[in-house]
Amino acid sequence: MNARAILTIARYTLLEALRNRLVWLLLLMALGAVGVSGFLNELALTESRQLQAALLGAVLRLAAVFLIATFVVTSMLREAHDHGLQMLMALPMSRAVYLFGKLAGFGALALLPALLFGALGLFFAPPAQAALWAVSLLCECWIVAAFALLCSLTLNQVLPALAAAFSFYLLARVIGALQLLGHGASGSHSAGQQALNTGIDALALLLPHLDRFTRGDWLVYHDGGVADLAGIAAQTAIYVALLAAAALFDLYRKPV
Amino acid sequence: MASTLKPISAVPRAVLAALALALLLQVLWQAAGPAPRARPQDLPPAPSQAALRLAALGDPVALSKGLMLYVQAHDDQAGVSIAWRDMDYARVAAWLQRVLELDPRGQYPLLAASQVYGAVGDPARARLMLDFVYARFEEDPDRRWPWLAHAALVAKHRLHDLPLARRYARAIRLRATGPQVPAWARELEVFILEDMNELDAARQLIGGLLAGGQITDPHELKFLAERLEQLDATHKP
Repeated sequence: MNARAILTIARYTLLEALRNRLVWLLLLMALGAVGVSGFLNELALTESRQLQAALLGAVLRLAAVFLIATFVVTSMLREAHDHGLQMLMALPMSRAVYLFGKLAGFGALALLPALLFGALGLFFAPPAQAALWAVSLLCECWIVAAFALLCSLTLNQVLPALAAAFSFYLLARVIGALQLLGHGASGSHSAGQQALNTGIDALALLLPHLDRFTRGDWLVYHDGGVADLAGIAAQTAIYVALLAAAALFDLYRKPV
Repeated sequence: MASTLKPISAVPRAVLAALALALLLQVLWQAAGPAPRARPQDLPPAPSQAALRLAALGDPVALSKGLMLYVQAHDDQAGVSIAWRDMDYARVAAWLQRVLELDPRGQYPLLAASQVYGAVGDPARARLMLDFVYARFEEDPDRRWPWLAHAALVAKHRLHDLPLARRYARAIRLRATGPQVPAWARELEVFILEDMNELDAARQLIGGLLAGGQITDPHELKFLAERLEQLDATHKP
């Protein structure tokens, strides 16, 4: 595979993000989150640092995912609508090179929020826990970026692609809770309930369990460990590979 | 980007006039409206645990902290302050329970129950909060004993309900047995028994503490032995 072409595409994808003032946006979001969580910290009667760490972590995680997904969708679809994709497909390189280049670019881009927001985590947690939180955020952003890329290729429209990406993210974050609720529901063992539980269990097999990623507990109670990191790394590798394969499947079938 | 913009004179006058008119209308509309009036709103019923689990998006600790601030801010809403005695304490307890379920390691709801809402002048409401602390203490005694100790003091000094205070102190002695629980917390029951004038029970309890090997600190052993001697002295005819 043409590694040089992949790196070139990744570099230009990253350059596009930087020219879109994404760094400023990230800084602005970080400042806003620090300001709001600092204000809430002042309201707390006790556990003020834990409160600030938990709320800051949650807001920054959502901000990172929102920015990455939005950028991936708008960048991919702008390129497609400007016929940039057609031009690239006409070059003597395989479609896989284009896709891996894009994925590498978006992956590199996700380093920015992970490093910046992870550095803020250092104010609340020991370095190892803040690093675990940052690496986990990076993995979460990679999965979301890969899914947003797949949606852009498949749906070809900004709004449906964004809606699908955010729905996927929400579902992946609540799927663990949905399973617990389904199996914990007492009383009702009707056929409908069982069918619903089976459906949820099937969905749980297909989705990454993002509720195990970037946990506020690590910043608040400092209880993250190597096992958490290993689980997250394995899940990310598997799921990004799955999404990349699905995106390739779609891209090779595109009549470009 | 600004250098590529055309001068303002390029904008048709009608557009400028429409912009100014719309802005003026907006300001007039708001100025003519009634001044905002603070209306106290009741604390809504606490959501179900299932709903909160879903709303947490996999991060229950963050939601727990946010909800705690929401509950805490309820008695001081924008422009109006609600007295604790006017609040629905059953709802407050339900909210605190939800907050604690989301983050069982958090201490905030227990502090709020024992030291904030428990300070209400209405004894019935205060008892509701103390009962909440007692019920939640049972789930994690070694971590939650400070709030029950405070509840025992509230029961003793504010509610003047020594049997209730003894019940809480007894629970601490029997259930909070971890190494980090200080001896004074386990001995709280002794002082309450003395206040209840149940000197025999107090003597027995000190004797039990001394014999049971729970207390190892020499200063504490000496203190309890002296206390036992004092009780013996007062008990003699």
